Amino acid sequence: MRFPLLALLAGGPAHGYELKQALEQRFGSVLPPINAGQIYTTLSRLERDGLVGDDAVAQNGRPNKRVYSLTEAGRAELGGWVADATPAARLKDDFFIKLVLARAAGIADPAELIARQRDAYLQALRELDDVALTTNGDETAALLIEGAALHLEADLKWLDLCEQRLGS
Amino acid sequence: MEPVIVTRGLTREYEGGVRALAGIDVSVEEGEFVAVTGPSGCGKSTLLNLLGGLDRPTAGEIELGGRRVDGFSEARWAHVRRDELGFVFQFFNLIGNLSVADNVELPGLLAGLSAREARVRRGELLESLGIGELADASPTRLSGGQQQRVAIARALINRPKVLLADEPTGALDSASAREVMAVLREAHDERGQTIVLVTHDARVAARADRVLAMRDGAVAHETRLEQGDATSVSRLMQLEV
Ligand SMILES: Nc1ncnc2c1ncn2[C@@H]1O[C@H](COP(=O)(O)OP(=O)(O)O)[C@@H](O)[C@H]1O
Ligand SMILES: [Mg+2]
Repeated sequence: MRFPLLALLAGGPAHGYELKQALEQRFGSVLPPINAGQIYTTLSRLERDGLVGDDAVAQNGRPNKRVYSLTEAGRAELGGWVADATPAARLKDDFFIKLVLARAAGIADPAELIARQRDAYLQALRELDDVALTTNGDETAALLIEGAALHLEADLKWLDLCEQRLGS
Repeated sequence: MEPVIVTRGLTREYEGGVRALAGIDVSVEEGEFVAVTGPSGCGKSTLLNLLGGLDRPTAGEIELGGRRVDGFSEARWAHVRRDELGFVFQFFNLIGNLSVADNVELPGLLAGLSAREARVRRGELLESLGIGELADASPTRLSGGQQQRVAIARALINRPKVLLADEPTGALDSASAREVMAVLREAHDERGQTIVLVTHDARVAARADRVLAMRDGAVAHETRLEQGDATSVSRLMQLEV
């Protein structure tokens, strides 16, 4: 959450609540609900590290509102994040570990494990496709859903390969 | 729901003992969308061709609309295909020197629709498939996705009990495949069209109510798919910021 908050603050100073709203607006339907507490915790760490500063704005009859802004160090840190390529997603696959070990121990039929996994991926693909029909011109959501669907298609092809090589 | 198609022990052996289908039992409900998947050579097209009377079983039964059809003569099958079934294949097989409209109306006229009725149905179909403005065009000038939509309109003109589709997106780029899938989804979701569709494309299979995974001439596994819950997308995506 550090870099996303720095990136939002590059657009100008903002309250914590505004940052939460900005994230929800940009990633709307595809983002799990954001915990406001997590935003404030991250902001205070960023402040401790000198990457953001804050100004207190007095409010009538309520505690001061804090407006956060990017420091020079924060801007430099953000520049590094933006400039670096993001590492490729690593293959973290709990299913594969299960398949190899369950097969070795003889405690499950590998073909059946693969079939059940295929069911789950197909259902996930269906749900993505259904939700893609409801994005109504939200290009960010549509693009993210397309990416997730392509990953699932690759996962399904990989299951075919697992079936050929380990399915019996 | 009544089953529209039932098979029992459906088998197809070729000379020399190749068993393309080894005793298939399937039942397709009215309004159901069934996808058939599996590796090349596992018997998908053989199954579809038997269901459509394009090939004959060496053993087993087929019921269509509540009566046995497996013993039908070629002449009776020709009527069944014309009046009760619609076919879509990987290649569109449109008639190049007829207009789009004529391609779609022709099987209607052959089945005995009046010229007026054929024209009305064709107009509605092309409209609902998003190609209303192409009625007068020559199919040779259309993109693959447009040609396949014309082929689907042609397959639906006689309001078939079942639409049989063999790799309908197999010859298309992914954008055209999406267009074709959208019209099949609509035919099923909105007009209750019964569909049996062979595909190796998971994205296409994921639209079905049920997926039959074939291996070596048999159905190895069956998956029922549920309509997605739009609010679960964030859980599916697991996007983290
Ligand atoms: N005319 C034929 N003569 C002999 N074998 C055939 C013939 N047609 C298909 N086969 C065999 O039957 C099996 C199933 O073929 P098919 O139904 O076309 O598979 P799929 O559509 O799943 O790729 C394959 O092994 C194929 O080689
Ligand atoms: Mg085939």
